[in-house]
Amino acid sequence: MTTNTTQTTGSATRTAAEPGATGSEPRVMTYSEAIREAIGEAMTADDRVFMLGEDIGVYGGAFGVSGDLYHRFGPERIRDTPISELGIVGAAVGAALAGMRPIVEIQFSDFTCQAMDQIVNQAAKIHFMLGGAAQVPLVLRAPLGSGTGAAAQHSQSLEAWFAHVPGLKVVMPSCAEEVKGLLLAAIDDPNPVVFLEHKLLYRTSGPVPAGSERIPLGSTAVRRTGRDLTIVATGIMVSRCLEAAETLAHEGIDVSVVDPRTLTPLDARPILDDVSRTGRALLVQEAPGHVGYMAEIASRIVESPAIFRLLAPIRRLSGLDAPIPYAPQLETASVPQVDSILEAARTMLKES
Amino acid sequence: MVRLGDDPATARRTLEAMWRIRRFEEAVDDLFARGLMHGTMHLSIGQEASATGACFALRDDDAITSTHRGHGHCIAKGADLERMMAELLAKETGYCRGRGGSMHIADVATGNLGANGIVGGGIPIAAGAGLAYRLQGIDRVVVSFFGDGATNEGAFHEAVNLAAIWKLPVVFVCENNKYGMSFSTEKSMAVETIAERSGGYGLPGVTVDGNDVEAVNEAVTTAVDRARAGDGPTLVEALTYRWKGHSKSDKNLYRTREEISEWRDKDPIGRFEALVVERGVLTATDVEEIRAAATNDVRDAARRANAAPDANPDDLLDAVFATA
Ligand SMILES: Cc1ncc(C[n+]2csc(CCOP(=O)(O)OP(=O)(O)O)c2C)c(N)n1
Ligand SMILES: [Mg+2]
Repeated sequence: MTTNTTQTTGSATRTAAEPGATGSEPRVMTYSEAIREAIGEAMTADDRVFMLGEDIGVYGGAFGVSGDLYHRFGPERIRDTPISELGIVGAAVGAALAGMRPIVEIQFSDFTCQAMDQIVNQAAKIHFMLGGAAQVPLVLRAPLGSGTGAAAQHSQSLEAWFAHVPGLKVVMPSCAEEVKGLLLAAIDDPNPVVFLEHKLLYRTSGPVPAGSERIPLGSTAVRRTGRDLTIVATGIMVSRCLEAAETLAHEGIDVSVVDPRTLTPLDARPILDDVSRTGRALLVQEAPGHVGYMAEIASRIVESPAIFRLLAPIRRLSGLDAPIPYAPQLETASVPQVDSILEAARTMLKES
Repeated sequence: MVRLGDDPATARRTLEAMWRIRRFEEAVDDLFARGLMHGTMHLSIGQEASATGACFALRDDDAITSTHRGHGHCIAKGADLERMMAELLAKETGYCRGRGGSMHIADVATGNLGANGIVGGGIPIAAGAGLAYRLQGIDRVVVSFFGDGATNEGAFHEAVNLAAIWKLPVVFVCENNKYGMSFSTEKSMAVETIAERSGGYGLPGVTVDGNDVEAVNEAVTTAVDRARAGDGPTLVEALTYRWKGHSKSDKNLYRTREEISEWRDKDPIGRFEALVVERGVLTATDVEEIRAAATNDVRDAARRANAAPDANPDDLLDAVFATA
């Protein structure tokens, strides 16, 4: 394990208008516990909600997320499955069509590849193809990202694939505080939602609301507001950018950190507003840069009047265009770290 | 048919391979526990006979495809312990130069077409390699290793069918250790054995005691002969058990201590040792020496691997595409 596993996101600054910030007294819990709590509450509130996935029963999930849910809800509603990703995602699509609200857990988001037909050709398109006569309200949860030494087939960040498919909503919760509210909103949604959890975040903790407030899908969060530079980041990169922002503040560089939270639908307004104000945009993602999600963010900026406010070229900081390697020193070198974020920010400020 | 325990030289090689696997896995377990190894590991302690029995049915130029639990296959097919250890220790001298790690460790030179992080991922690849040898007019055979859990993936069914209709020179070796992670075969399938799944595709299916290295070798040898003769694939199910947890995160909540100890009593190595000593093929002293040699070989491999230079991050981008 790298040191990143212990990194917490507790320092995230909240914006006043943020949903989920109000309501009952928050408790400090981990990202995994917050997910488990959301599933438990949704299952208690609605009989249609059930879960299926590999080793989610007595084992408690490959990352321990389902935990005791099996003991609380039993084997009918927490359904352990054979190793058959295509089958189980397809079964979830069918169950959703027939009136249920399935949550599928895929052990590593890399294995969505096995289920891609059901995700892309079926779930994403059924509502549209049937002229709106049917709905597929399913949530597909899967851990993504590197940092655990699991190498190339267990460490990818494939969010842009899903975001590229019309009909799929895509969520990347970046902290324990928000994962519950976002998951509850995903479960409520009448569409297929791909919910991508970063595996290094599972053990991070933060104050999680006790109530069941939803965080609407399609609401970008401004985590920190600064004068000199707007950093847009997703997933694990949000906490790394916030950490970098603290260091930069000591150097007199004042940055904003903006987290889209849902890639589809994208709430671009807060990003464009912030970039218009600072005149500089640094876009940070773990996934390879080539044709990545941040290319979309860059396009949104240059297609808007924010382009006239730019003081410097937009800059992307992404994972290498290479598979994730096993060796820890290679793995760390493959994706943005706090140091590379610092360096990119300083360079942008120096150059403009 | 000649058995692995009939003559001293073969018995010695067989026992050596099994002990090298056992000692390698124990060393990995230990390095991991001491925080000297990174990532996750799927150990094959308890399954040495299926890897060894199957690989010993192959010629050196035959191929295998392996799995996430692949250290044993790699060793039994003839890989070098030091380069394997170097891979796991994130060294430049490792088989994959530190890029692959445990789940991708493979020695291509000894016919290992790759371990796999994807359950079932290697099965269609084995069919494809068999197809290539056929098209090239080479009489090589491919053994595809996979677990019981993998037979619930579409990849298994599609690959077996392709191999059956094209009569490909492939032997499908299922190491049925009763669990796919935590999910038992009783729960994951509605048939009794993996072998009977072959019936749906028109190829022979046999179940053997996977802790009996001779039985595995005999069944796979028959299947390899058939494949080499152009008569098509066979599915061999080897019943075995992994002593350790699935991976490093396993709390063993899904099986009992009694079950684990029952299977430890069926130790495939101890069993072969007793057999060859009883037959008078090896002496107790021979057996002792073989065990000690394996311990030393693994210890030396780890020491030398440790002294090698660390894998280098500078050329990762050059590593993505092959050059013509
Ligand atoms: C496509 C895919 N799904 C799930 C996993 C996670 N996983 C890794 S090994 C494993 C169990 C495999 O069981 P089996 O095939 O019986 O092999 P064994 O581990 O018992 O050797 C699972 C579920 C994976 N690596 N790939
Ligand atoms: Mg198994």
